Amino acid sequence: MIRLLDQDRGGKWLIGSLLLAIVLVPILNSLPESSSLHIPTYSISLLGKYLTLALLAVAVDLVWGYLGILTLGHAAFFALGGYAMGMYLMRQIGDRGVYGNPDLPDFMVFLNWQELPWFWHGFDQFWLAVIMVMLVPGILAFVFGFLAFRSRVSGVYLSIITQAMTFALMLAFYRNEMGFGGNNGLTDFKDILGFSLQSDQTKIGLFIASAIALILGYLLCRAITTSRAGRAVVAVRDGESRARFMGYRVENIKLWVFTFSAVLAGVAGALYVPQVGIINPNEFSPINSIEVVVWVAVGGRATLYGAVLGAILINYAKSYFTVELPDIWLFALGGLFVLVTLLLPRGVTGLLKRKEVE
Amino acid sequence: MLYMRLKKVLYWGMGCLLMLLASLTQAGEAEFIAHEQALIKAEFEQKEQIMAAWYAADTQQAVDLMELMLASQLYYHKKEKRLYKVIDASTGAVADRLIDGEPVTITKKRDFKRVSINNYLRTLFLQDIAKAGLTAAEPEQRIAAAEAIVGNTDPDLMATVAGLRAQETNADVQLAFELVLAVANLQSADASQQLAAIETLGDSLQPAALNALKEFLASNPESDLAPIANKAVDSINGKIDFYNGVETLYFGLSLGSVLVLAGIGLAITFGVMGVINMAHGELIMIGAYTTYVIQLLMPNHIGWSLLVAVPAAFVVSGLVGILLERGVIRFLYGRPLETLLATFGISLILQQAVRSIFSPLNRSVETPSWMSGLIEINPLLSLTQSRMYIIVFCLLIFFLLLAIMKRTRLGLQVRAVSQNRNMARAMGVRSEWVDALTFGLGSGVAGIAGVALSQLTNVGPNMGQAYIIDSFMVVVFGGVGNLWGTLVAGLSLGVANKLLEPWAGAVLAKILVLIFIILFIQKRPRGLFPQRGRAAED
Repeated sequence: MIRLLDQDRGGKWLIGSLLLAIVLVPILNSLPESSSLHIPTYSISLLGKYLTLALLAVAVDLVWGYLGILTLGHAAFFALGGYAMGMYLMRQIGDRGVYGNPDLPDFMVFLNWQELPWFWHGFDQFWLAVIMVMLVPGILAFVFGFLAFRSRVSGVYLSIITQAMTFALMLAFYRNEMGFGGNNGLTDFKDILGFSLQSDQTKIGLFIASAIALILGYLLCRAITTSRAGRAVVAVRDGESRARFMGYRVENIKLWVFTFSAVLAGVAGALYVPQVGIINPNEFSPINSIEVVVWVAVGGRATLYGAVLGAILINYAKSYFTVELPDIWLFALGGLFVLVTLLLPRGVTGLLKRKEVE
Repeated sequence: MLYMRLKKVLYWGMGCLLMLLASLTQAGEAEFIAHEQALIKAEFEQKEQIMAAWYAADTQQAVDLMELMLASQLYYHKKEKRLYKVIDASTGAVADRLIDGEPVTITKKRDFKRVSINNYLRTLFLQDIAKAGLTAAEPEQRIAAAEAIVGNTDPDLMATVAGLRAQETNADVQLAFELVLAVANLQSADASQQLAAIETLGDSLQPAALNALKEFLASNPESDLAPIANKAVDSINGKIDFYNGVETLYFGLSLGSVLVLAGIGLAITFGVMGVINMAHGELIMIGAYTTYVIQLLMPNHIGWSLLVAVPAAFVVSGLVGILLERGVIRFLYGRPLETLLATFGISLILQQAVRSIFSPLNRSVETPSWMSGLIEINPLLSLTQSRMYIIVFCLLIFFLLLAIMKRTRLGLQVRAVSQNRNMARAMGVRSEWVDALTFGLGSGVAGIAGVALSQLTNVGPNMGQAYIIDSFMVVVFGGVGNLWGTLVAGLSLGVANKLLEPWAGAVLAKILVLIFIILFIQKRPRGLFPQRGRAAED
């Protein structure tokens, strides 16, 4: 693990601060509320949410930064992971729903369904939900990538069809007939693995889980990018034809990295849902995917830790602006898109690095 | 069915009523009073004669009164002995005195008594009204009257219709009369008449014809004519399917035209210049809002406002586009992915700007009267006019753009720059100028699309987002850099969408089309009509 971070100062900082947060946050939370160092549980959930979004950003950076594929559909994998987790949480409600039906989630009772659709079976088991969290986005990415990379769809075209994919999924999930709660999505969760989602301990636990997931995800991505295969990945990015002529199976490299990244996004979604308490088709909307790309761009492409930084910075700004100055938020976000692409092509971390060199 | 159509005739008649009463002449007035007094005193048995006499003296007046009686709206004042039209017979409501058209407020409910009729009179009046309609001056009135009596088998009435049919010169009216006769003849005892009737009905497109045939089959399943009638029903059903198909195609083409309109500006900015403009949808939105503002500026000329809005939207969106190109995009040429991000940011800014200026709520743009309405081709097929305008408008814009690109100096320069920038510059083309103008042109066309879309959907800050993915799909599907491809792609996607809709539903149809395009791009990454030659290599 140490060797992985050998040349990665940003990574060291990142993992160091995450580990510190894992230790400090529960302690600070247990301080009396009057203390100035006290962190309310609400903020912990918010932080946990940022960390899951950061994991999503890392997944996107792996694909965009290292593989050169500008994906505009990664929020779809994130949302699919979220839905898989949401289905598990939905089944855990049992007969505590509004309609008190022990077998069917509320929205199915509302739609007058008589029995559980086949794809909902088994989701009361946590292990199956965990497998599905990774399997469903993975399979979708594999099939999608297999078709796209084999026929050498690249560049802008690939971006547009990834966007079309998430748009199609959004339309599909809006349909009540799909059996995923339609417009309202899945919500009103009660507990996870027997722990109430309302309790402070569970919230802290989820925060720690998110931090650990981010650390592991980061290290895995780092392992990929520093390995021999990782150098091949960069070679594909910088000169696809050349890499192909040198005998690398470009399609396979792209496919596996893309699939892995989708799985990572799915895990991020699964951790996101219990912390925000809802998943609905809006998560599929194309703008979400594009926002992730901007986090990465702001943080700095192809650095991984830059993606984490960008995700946390922008989401913090978003939380702040949407509450304090809701009208300004879209102006600010839009302006950020333009400024970063025009003036900061290497993001915030690029700016820091340049200072260092000077 | 019959009742509904009668009602239509009734309403039309009532509209004429006041006008006619106002024009009562002095001589006519005396006559009116004579009939009026007779009617008020009459028993049921006498009413028939009185109305027949009235009918002979002044057909229109009599018909109007019969209609009032059928609608239970004819009353008389017990003391005044005058006829009134009363819609609401309660104290305080207003009644119209027929003799002078004077509105009178009902002070005592008991003063007014309805001129009542029985079922016998009811049938009689209906026939009289029909006869009057059948001999009316306007062909439309005659057709409406004929449609109202379809299914009637009264021999007297049929004899009248047959007589009128022989004198009739208008082909449409002839057809309507024949339908009435055929439906009646279907019930007759004479097999040859029935056979002729079935043949006539089999050729007719009126829903009444199909109903009559079906009734005939239901009541005489064993008849020798049943197979022939069955055949006729099949033939009608075949026609119905055919015209439904035509209608679907029409809907598809109009949806496709919308897609083409939305995509064609992008076909220039993305297709020809290679700029990924994610703010394209917002340029459409700006066009739509321009329409809205123009309507606000000239509220008394809604019909004209749309014509003014087209050039205005072109200019406004075009200027925004040029600003965009000069301010942002020109720094990002050759970096498509960065362009995508920057223009997306601009789209967010434009959306929020519209939200701040106009409000986040949707605005509705009025449709001028010349755009609404139906074009009735035949009883089974009527086309909405607004869709027709959209199709025509789309083709107009398309060919105009094609002409600009292929026939003008600007078009030549645009193509030269897009094929080989350095060579074009060496030949003296001011490439930056051309870039700005081309982008302005594409953006302006997006604005024009916004004018068209404002007639179809609500104008709101999110309307651009709804079209951006569709627009890209159309351009990519058609083949980048190819205007014809965009046209074919847009129209075929529209038709495909509408064809899928009946059995898949609107949303699923859209999803299926998206999946189809995703798969199609895998197979042919450069679209339906890929660019060939050196320009395509990049």
